[in-house]
Amino acid sequence: MAYIQLNQVTKRFGSVTAVDRMDLEIAHGECLAMLGPSGCGKTTTLRMVAGFEDLDDGEIRVGERIISSKAKRYYLPPEQRNFGMVFQAFAVWPHLTVYENVAFPLRIRNLPRAEIHARTEEALKHTNLLSVAQGSPDDLSGGGKQRVALARALAIRPDVMLLDEPLSSLDPHFREEMRFEIKDLQRRFGFSILYVTHDQSEAMALSDRILVMRSGVVQQIGTPLEVYSNPANRFVFEFIGLSCFIEAGLSPEGFHLGGTRYPWPEGATPSGEVIAAGKGLLAARPTEIDFQAEGGIRGEVLRKVYLGETIDYRVRVADTEVRIQKTRRTPGPSVGDHCGLRFTRPHWYPANQASSA
Amino acid sequence: MNTRTQSRFGTPELLFMLSVGVLIVVVAFPMLLIFFNAFWVDGHFNVADVVRVLQRKETYEALLNSLILSGGVTVTGTIVGTFFAWLVTRTDLPFKKTMKLLFLVPFMLPAFIGALAWKMLLSPRAGYINRLFMDVLGFDGPLFDIYSYAGIILVETMYLFPFVFIQVSGALERMDPTLEESARISGADLFTITRKITIPLVLPSILSGALLIMLYSMAHFGTVAVLGVETGIYNIPVLIYEKIHQSAGSFDSIRTATVLATVLVLTAALIMWMQNRVLAKGKYQIIAGKSFRPTELKLRGLRIPMLILCIVYIGLTIVLPTVTIFLVGGLKTYGLSFTLENLTWANYNHILFEWDLTRDSIWNSISLGLASALITMFAGVIISYVIVKMKVRGKGFLEFLGMLPFSVPGSVIALGVILAWSGKFGINIYNTVWIILVAYIARYMAFSLKANSAALEQVHDSLVEAARASGASMAQALRDVVVPLVRPGMVAAFFLIFLPALRELTVSVLLYGPTTRTIGVAIYTLNEDGETVYSAALAGIALIIIVLGEVLIKRLVTQKNGA
Repeated sequence: MAYIQLNQVTKRFGSVTAVDRMDLEIAHGECLAMLGPSGCGKTTTLRMVAGFEDLDDGEIRVGERIISSKAKRYYLPPEQRNFGMVFQAFAVWPHLTVYENVAFPLRIRNLPRAEIHARTEEALKHTNLLSVAQGSPDDLSGGGKQRVALARALAIRPDVMLLDEPLSSLDPHFREEMRFEIKDLQRRFGFSILYVTHDQSEAMALSDRILVMRSGVVQQIGTPLEVYSNPANRFVFEFIGLSCFIEAGLSPEGFHLGGTRYPWPEGATPSGEVIAAGKGLLAARPTEIDFQAEGGIRGEVLRKVYLGETIDYRVRVADTEVRIQKTRRTPGPSVGDHCGLRFTRPHWYPANQASSA
Repeated sequence: MNTRTQSRFGTPELLFMLSVGVLIVVVAFPMLLIFFNAFWVDGHFNVADVVRVLQRKETYEALLNSLILSGGVTVTGTIVGTFFAWLVTRTDLPFKKTMKLLFLVPFMLPAFIGALAWKMLLSPRAGYINRLFMDVLGFDGPLFDIYSYAGIILVETMYLFPFVFIQVSGALERMDPTLEESARISGADLFTITRKITIPLVLPSILSGALLIMLYSMAHFGTVAVLGVETGIYNIPVLIYEKIHQSAGSFDSIRTATVLATVLVLTAALIMWMQNRVLAKGKYQIIAGKSFRPTELKLRGLRIPMLILCIVYIGLTIVLPTVTIFLVGGLKTYGLSFTLENLTWANYNHILFEWDLTRDSIWNSISLGLASALITMFAGVIISYVIVKMKVRGKGFLEFLGMLPFSVPGSVIALGVILAWSGKFGINIYNTVWIILVAYIARYMAFSLKANSAALEQVHDSLVEAARASGASMAQALRDVVVPLVRPGMVAAFFLIFLPALRELTVSVLLYGPTTRTIGVAIYTLNEDGETVYSAALAGIALIIIVLGEVLIKRLVTQKNGA
């Protein structure tokens, strides 16, 4: 059952529509990552859920309760929403100790002393902060500060945790560690997570479902596997993972590239609409293209770069460059060779679709 | 290793010695003379005498008054400054941007001119407002007596609160808004956040602004001299002034002055030390991240009352005194009502074109300002270069010497200059314009060093190295790379010195001679002599010159930034 529900949520800043009629449902205990380039509206969405931004249209519910509604002109203030939130820049208070930071939301709620202590200790324990509890958060590393922020959010035992790029201020090796810690805490406490990030691997690793946004409009919602293997459009294809595109002329029998006609690749015929347009984009992951000596789509190898485990090729096909990655164990052509390409999992998109670049 | 770094006396050492020499002659020597005169009597080190001076009624009263006044101003100025800073950065007050600029205007206005205006408005018998209440509205006594501790504190607060306002509004603007948002999502309402998160986080800024107010008020001569003279309220700088002026250079009064100056220096040093501690301890990392604008507190019903409060405050501190100065400056005789037949241009004409005393004072202030700004600017570049860029031993000492006058009150510098350059050591420039120039250079050197070292620190060594690698000699690298990059710092230094020097009173009032009055001195002495109307007219002219200067510097600075 949907726990958090966004209905037709819209936000405008002046003439720019930051979020456009967004519908979204998040289940109890689910982790949903909102992914997109900067300025796509993902942070604005999060801030509307948190209550820091009003809505220009639509409503947001948690459980049975409406928390934001344009029509009813009702906004539950952020301090009464009982959400946990972690910010990119940590936002731990340097004038308080680690302990006081974590105890703050409990003290605000005027809980009994003993309970404040117990819950603070519990949150500190789960974030491995007990040993530094009496110190200043300024003495901690970025990862340590973010743990304080997590503990502070945990202390109120929220049903919903809002994470606004919580890992992007951390050093890369901390990032991976913290990912697991967040996932671990979620498993233990069972809260729902709404997670904003521009890092796709973070989104893939953490979330049950991914939402990809562009210019305020949702492009696709699905499990990481769905979004990666069946991108809804060119933008999603390009935004997640490596990709290459070849523009081709289409006819009902097949496609043509630089004057050569090819039959449809196995299991990949574009939809009737795309064929009718006469032009389309052949999309593929660089790892999902094989070399073959005879036949296939013909091209010429321009560059060949060893990246350790993989070899990165650039092959010119008609007037576009195609990127291909193979493991170093697979034999491949050399620079200047003419070769054939076979697309193992190709996708077709309309030629005029927006790119993420 | 090349041979130049091994030679014991190269260009760096020469520049270093030159810088040390300048600073010792201009700054250190006069200061040492003060301590020497205070503690050294008839060839003996003598503390008992110092204690005796301190036990005199007038001395400890001056001390006590300084404490009461600067303490009071610090408290009120900090409250007012913090409140307005919060209002213009964290609420939905209408016209916030304009208000913020207006709150900075009192900084341009010399406090003693403000004091003059308030004397005209609120002196117990003759003040226009008090007379309005007594004569027209039938009050028994004056509405408010400005010749009181409360009056002096009030006037100083009006012109010193920007020290806190600037620090706090800057800190609030730079503060990462998620620090407050995370408190909100933790369940705290805006009032609790202000109390428990916002104010504690900007506390270092509040304290450091408060200490600046205290430092300034402690050393401030003008307001106390103008408003305290009738009722006998005087602070240390005023007592130093009286000692030097009334007793025609007798040894005892000079000694008393040096003892007072010593106390003032020690207090100032203590304040500076506390300020450094506050700044070192309170370096919270509160600036960060991508920023959404902080949530504004909705004032709702209080929105208009708060706007009115701001407008009234600005009206009372800026508009009313300024208008009063210009109107009184146009009166035929002081005390007449402001009707058209009582107003005349003749006063302005007289002080600008006919009266030597006032004409000289304007000329003196402008030429002193220009000369001291130019000399200090160039000396500041060289000394900053030695401090920032050169690897010579003992440059910490140089920095200390240069920054010393920053915390040393003007009256102390003036006194030191008198001791040093009145003929005791072969040079007598007392009663000439040169002694004021020397004092100004000492007083403003710290401004120049600050501006120039900030600019020089921006010029990374690799820029010069790249020029050298491209084939430029050291001199060419300096001329083509360093100087163009430092020029904005030099321009800033020039105006940072020129504008305050233009309205200077504390130093020049101790050093002026018959023909070497500055504008400040002329306004002050005319007022003392009862020439209130001419004093106001000259103050009006001074305000025009100051505002023009400020506008000019804004123009230049924004052009620089735009390029």
